[in-house]
Amino acid sequence: METKSVMIVGVGGQGSLLASRLLGNVLLAQGYDVKVSEVHGMSQRGGSVVTYVKYGDKVYSPVIEKGEADAVISFELLEAARCLPYLKKGGHLITSTQQIDPMPVITGAAEYPTEIVDKIKAKGADIIAVDALSLAEQAGTAKASNVVLMGVLASRMDYPEELWQKALEQCVPPKFLELNKKAFELGKAAK
Amino acid sequence: MKKLMLGNEAFARGLYEAGCRVVSSYPGTPSTEITEEVAKYDEVYAEWAPNEKVAMETALGASIAGARSFCGMKHVGLNVAADPLYTAAYTGVNGGMVIAVADDQGMHSSQNEQDSRHHAIASKVPMLEPSDSGECKEFVRTAFELSEQFDAPFIVRMSTRVAHSQSIVDIEDRQELELKPYEKNPQKFVMMPAYAKGRHVFVEERTKKLIEFAETTSLNRVEISDKAEFGVITNGAAYQYVKEALGDKASVLKLGMVNPLPVKLIQDFAAKYEKVYVIEELDGIIEEHCRNIGVNNVQGKEIFGYIGELPQSVIAEKLLGEKKDCICLDENIPMRPPVMCPGCPHRGLFYCLSKNKITVSGDIGCYTLGAVAPLFAVDTTICMGASISGLHGFNKARGSETEHKTVAVIGDSTFMHSGMTGLVNIAYNNSNSTVIILDNSITGMTGHQQNPTTGKNLKGDPAAAVNLEELCRAIGIKRVRVVDPYHLAETEKAIKEELAADEASVIISRRPCALLKYVKHNPPVKVTTDKCVGCKMCMKLGCPAISMRDGKAVIDHTQCVGCGICQEQCKVGAIN
Repeated sequence: METKSVMIVGVGGQGSLLASRLLGNVLLAQGYDVKVSEVHGMSQRGGSVVTYVKYGDKVYSPVIEKGEADAVISFELLEAARCLPYLKKGGHLITSTQQIDPMPVITGAAEYPTEIVDKIKAKGADIIAVDALSLAEQAGTAKASNVVLMGVLASRMDYPEELWQKALEQCVPPKFLELNKKAFELGKAAK
Repeated sequence: MKKLMLGNEAFARGLYEAGCRVVSSYPGTPSTEITEEVAKYDEVYAEWAPNEKVAMETALGASIAGARSFCGMKHVGLNVAADPLYTAAYTGVNGGMVIAVADDQGMHSSQNEQDSRHHAIASKVPMLEPSDSGECKEFVRTAFELSEQFDAPFIVRMSTRVAHSQSIVDIEDRQELELKPYEKNPQKFVMMPAYAKGRHVFVEERTKKLIEFAETTSLNRVEISDKAEFGVITNGAAYQYVKEALGDKASVLKLGMVNPLPVKLIQDFAAKYEKVYVIEELDGIIEEHCRNIGVNNVQGKEIFGYIGELPQSVIAEKLLGEKKDCICLDENIPMRPPVMCPGCPHRGLFYCLSKNKITVSGDIGCYTLGAVAPLFAVDTTICMGASISGLHGFNKARGSETEHKTVAVIGDSTFMHSGMTGLVNIAYNNSNSTVIILDNSITGMTGHQQNPTTGKNLKGDPAAAVNLEELCRAIGIKRVRVVDPYHLAETEKAIKEELAADEASVIISRRPCALLKYVKHNPPVKVTTDKCVGCKMCMKLGCPAISMRDGKAVIDHTQCVGCGICQEQCKVGAIN
């Protein structure tokens, strides 16, 4: 199989590392060659965070570049807009509708763009926008938005349910497992 | 068993499987997880040293004692450890010794983009370079064997992409090794001129043998493609980009041993093709070597340059003229730079410095973020420890003109690493300098590592804690005081008083990192919209949880940790 690329983006602290590891484990269990690339350190301090998941028969480069992503999963709306150029033609963009002002907006040096979802649609990209934050709060904590979005992704990928459940058990500490399973289900059921 | 592992995690697994017994490192992105991961194996003794020089000397001591040993660091850490490195090249080892150095192509988390291969060449220490997690593990095991075979410490060069990418690794069992006997051998281990002269002869002989080894080792690999239009010589992360971008359009010589480099292997490979491209990130070390050995049909740096990473798009565009289409929005997307976290204890301190227009000699850590908007508090950042010694020099140059309006800021871990020697210089050579130690009780930037001031060791067990106040006094600083940076008025008063004083002083700004698990947070604070006058005083703090909506401040309850400095800052009592 030709290599597929999934980009997971968000703001430092939103849990994109967990999401990418979850997906990586599902794909490994599915028998693919897998690479997951993360950025640590400076980028985590509230800055844009990008992780790459690539899978196929044989994966070489761990990074995804512009025009290469089959799917982009974004935890924040502005980051979805920022990463739109990475989407391949015909690729899918799944985003949370959560908005977090970056420092230039907070200081008044820039404005947060309006109607991002519509503007992305107008460019002909396939975008699925989900209020992941509310669903996560419904599951028990705002912190589980990442797992909600993985649920949304799972509903659009054809992998056995038990692989996702097993990956959740591998990646999430036992005391948060039930909560995260609920968040995952809410994501799967989201339109 | 197959497992998805970070390069650093696989490196740690390699240390474990190879029977490594002693590990001493200093954290630094992107090398930190090697040591954190290896510490999880009970069979391995692992520690955080105060700095990389201490770590390398500890690892060398363990090697001399007969154990397989390891020390890990980032590229700039190798500069700190360069002194023992260059002489360890002469002594060689007893038990095998492996050094990890992690370069940061693209400067994701570093102050420069140096190519550590230069250190390997200059010190005459052999260097291997893996391209994925599987190779990380394999190369570490091989490096230990070669270290003992050739009587040399071995460097394994990592990069951000190899260190922080997960790929599939085959897990094997640990090889249990006896300690090698220790025998006194001053000709080998006492490096005074008479003995070192003999060892230098050995080093040159060893390098010749290593070059012969490089010609045939499976660490270096030729991948011939029948459809190849040209040849590529590459190494490390760049190998993956080459394969992705060029597929079967190129035959590839992948160099897993990057010092010393083979001669005949490269000559034979290059002779097969009219055109050969050397695709290596950062400096043109392989390319220069090619020219030195008479291989002149190579091109590299004139096409690819010396800066940053060389991902597949760059290679495809430069060599094949291919460029991918992409969709862009028409409007400007605001940047999202990293910021100090909500509740970060550094924020209040930097606000006070910024408000009083104080010149700040900065250092390496989360608090380097004090340099960016809206605080713009930091004037200089060079390397670990340079805040204090740099301030001393600044004040020696300008004297009383700057002494009363200039400070150094340095974190607790960085102070222990190489800041305290600068403070000794301030006391000993008498400059009226004010040093602020930002004691957040952890090594923050690299993701929460213990250090000699925290009272815990790498494994989380209780350990001796350096008392910073007593240490500063013992160094000879008489004015030492502690403030809580969550209290702006108290912090500002301390800064003003210590700057006004006519002798050197140390302020310890003490409050644990807000991200530490044991730190209990207050409930989030809220803005009473009716009371808010929209003066934006709270916005001056640069807290990511506070923003303005319709002329009034709002606080994001999912981010706020209730540190309360915006409450103190609000003059109309609108925040509660």
